[in-house]
Amino acid sequence: MTDISKSFPGVKALDKVSITVRSGTVHALMGENGAGKSTLMKCAFGLYHPDEGEIKIDGKSVTLENPRKAMDCGISMIHQELQPIRTQNVMENIWVGRYPYKKTGPIHWVDEKKMYDDTKALLDELHIHDIDPYTSMGELSVSHCQLLEIARSVSYGAKVIIMDEPTSSLTDAESELLFAIISKLTAAGTAIIYISHRIEEILRLADEVTILRDGELVGCWPASELDGNLIVNRMVGREMTTRFPPKNRKIGEEYLQIENFTSADPSSFKDVNFHVRRGEVLGVGGLVGAQRTELMETVFGLRPLASGTIKIGGKQVEIKNAYDAITNGIALLTEERRATGIFPLLDITENTVVAKEAKEPEYFHMKNGLLDSKKRNNETQDYVEKLSVKTPTLKTPIINLSGGNQQKVLLARWMLTSPDILILDEPTRGIDVGAKFEIYTLIEQLVEQGKCVIMISSEMPELLGMCDRIMVMCEGKLTGILDGETATEEQIMLLASSYNK
Amino acid sequence: MKSKTFDTKKFLMNNVLYVIMIVIIITIAFISKGRFLSMRVMRDILNQSSVRVLVALGCMFVILSGQADLSGGRMVGLAAVVSGTLAQQQTYAIKFWPGLPELPVIVPVLVSILLGVAVGLCNGWIVAKLRVPAFLATLGVQMILFGANSLYINKAPNNSQPLGGILQSFKNLGSGNVAGINYIIIIAVVSAVLVHILLTKITMGKQIYAVGGNPEAAKVSGINVFKITLITYAIAGAFYGLAGCLECARTGSATSNYGLSYELDAIASCIVGGCSAGGGVGGVPGVFLGVVIFNVINYGLTFIGLSSYWQYVVKGLIIIAAIAIDVRKYDRKS
Repeated sequence: MTDISKSFPGVKALDKVSITVRSGTVHALMGENGAGKSTLMKCAFGLYHPDEGEIKIDGKSVTLENPRKAMDCGISMIHQELQPIRTQNVMENIWVGRYPYKKTGPIHWVDEKKMYDDTKALLDELHIHDIDPYTSMGELSVSHCQLLEIARSVSYGAKVIIMDEPTSSLTDAESELLFAIISKLTAAGTAIIYISHRIEEILRLADEVTILRDGELVGCWPASELDGNLIVNRMVGREMTTRFPPKNRKIGEEYLQIENFTSADPSSFKDVNFHVRRGEVLGVGGLVGAQRTELMETVFGLRPLASGTIKIGGKQVEIKNAYDAITNGIALLTEERRATGIFPLLDITENTVVAKEAKEPEYFHMKNGLLDSKKRNNETQDYVEKLSVKTPTLKTPIINLSGGNQQKVLLARWMLTSPDILILDEPTRGIDVGAKFEIYTLIEQLVEQGKCVIMISSEMPELLGMCDRIMVMCEGKLTGILDGETATEEQIMLLASSYNK
Repeated sequence: MKSKTFDTKKFLMNNVLYVIMIVIIITIAFISKGRFLSMRVMRDILNQSSVRVLVALGCMFVILSGQADLSGGRMVGLAAVVSGTLAQQQTYAIKFWPGLPELPVIVPVLVSILLGVAVGLCNGWIVAKLRVPAFLATLGVQMILFGANSLYINKAPNNSQPLGGILQSFKNLGSGNVAGINYIIIIAVVSAVLVHILLTKITMGKQIYAVGGNPEAAKVSGINVFKITLITYAIAGAFYGLAGCLECARTGSATSNYGLSYELDAIASCIVGGCSAGGGVGGVPGVFLGVVIFNVINYGLTFIGLSSYWQYVVKGLIIIAAIAIDVRKYDRKS
């Protein structure tokens, strides 16, 4: 792939990135969240179409319109999130869309026998002996599904297999099985593009390592010339270009205390302890799958808790749902703005007042119990001006606003509930630089008023530039809390990928 | 911002069904040489619309909250039969409950409404707690209601005959009038106004829109989605109950077949009246007009001598067109 560029509205996801993968090798692709790894691979698999650049296979230039074409060209991809057809069995999943058949006139009868035999042979070839082709997919573990996905790629005769974080949901023993299969495949001449955050794995498996940063190519090195520190340095080694508002914080007493927090979901976070002080921004760093969102949604009462306590202002409180959280002075700006934030077709006013109305219905009532439209509009207008939301009128459906302006409306929604603790999950994701600065300024104002802010972010400069302390998580565990003044990107990265602690 | 042609297109998008229907009405009026536009015809249409308006108002609550309700028609039937059996003359030979004294009119009305609320709460509970998809949950309830109603009316000595001997005072509810305006028209209009106030001027009304607009966001914003779902189904049930009781009063009889497919007409009226099938969008004025216009077509096609079966063809086409436009109107560009 040469000079691949891809832009999304407002973001240049890839800028003239080139990568050359040799057959029979494992080529690792590394970078921070948002560096462009997945985008590049989606271009290689025909899911995205690059704006510029050329893709060559065996020296021949190809255009990959869709995944079907990519598979015909021998490229196959194993996604982070697998989507098997759970109600069907193993062999149907492997041969879906191209069942072997016998023909009687115009009727194609599915040849179950051949399908079974082919599946068996395929699995034997990969040394997967403990799965029967008739097993229903729903009964299998995630790791088995992953192995079958690889088997499926092999059955297509894939020459290049892209694996996106294949070990993220595997145990050590299962990972070993995967590594064994990878070495078999490379020995047979298949190329593997391997995306992972786990540095030890990369150093062990990869022949070559390509590193991306902010959509640009940092470089490509033989794995033998690299070590863990070098990789981390090259992944994060950028200058701090983002500007942050000046800080003038007075940090007060501990206000929110989270003790021994363990999720009811066993694959999520365990035994997390932290506190937030008044007037402080606590950053939460980590990679995809670190369970940061899950932790904060549990604090907010959206997910069930197995054990642990929440204290606010020294008093233990019980939070079973969002209403409890809001009445206890907590606000949560969710990560998925479209899915759990906005009411797309409702107007700015409705989107702004909804949480306040749930908290204190009487607030917007007139004496006769009916809604006071004037007050609702006035309070909304105040925030629209205060946060400089760009909208034609208050009656505009929020879906018609830009991402940054939607985010400001959501911030207004929460500020209207006068919270003491604001949890902001990726507050600047997908919004432009100008709006980012405005949101930082707003956060600064909030902490200067003595409020607590917890900010989940995958952007290192944001964590370092805005936070007084940064807690870092890795796979559901809190791996460390760093001082915002002295922390470095390398320290965060190391804590975020310290899988075995 | 786009040029003016965009607005024209949007206007047509929002109102094309009204335009089509007005064309149909004018055509009917033309064919009938203007007789169709007489006061008597208009009053008949409004009369027939009244019960339908109530059913549609109830149904609208559920649609606004993003769910579906197919139990409306059979609930109307059950309420009609139950209220009928509570409002029979002492002298009627095969009185359903022979020992029952003559009850004040308010009793069957209240019983119908409460019965509707109870069934509505069941609907809401099945949808929100058991998480059965609303379409199927209410389909099941619809069948149960029909079964229960048929068993009830089959009780000796009635043995499934249409109920007779309905008290005049009860029938007056359906046919009596004040200054030439029937009570049921007044009830329908007053209900519509009250619902409009509830939806636009009460916190709970706004929360129904929020739940329909994005249930996940509503949950995060501290709204009790379970409670709102229960309430919308309960209000819907109350309206079906009231509608059933008035249907019995209007016709002076009831059988277990009353209310058949009213829910489909109600859903169609809501969609044609501007409710989004996905929830969160719509309001009383649109739904009210939707019902009236459907009834104009019903009545009008019969009026000009077309077989009443044509109604179904026309209504079916209108529903498909309405949804096809609805889907485009709320297409969220990614």
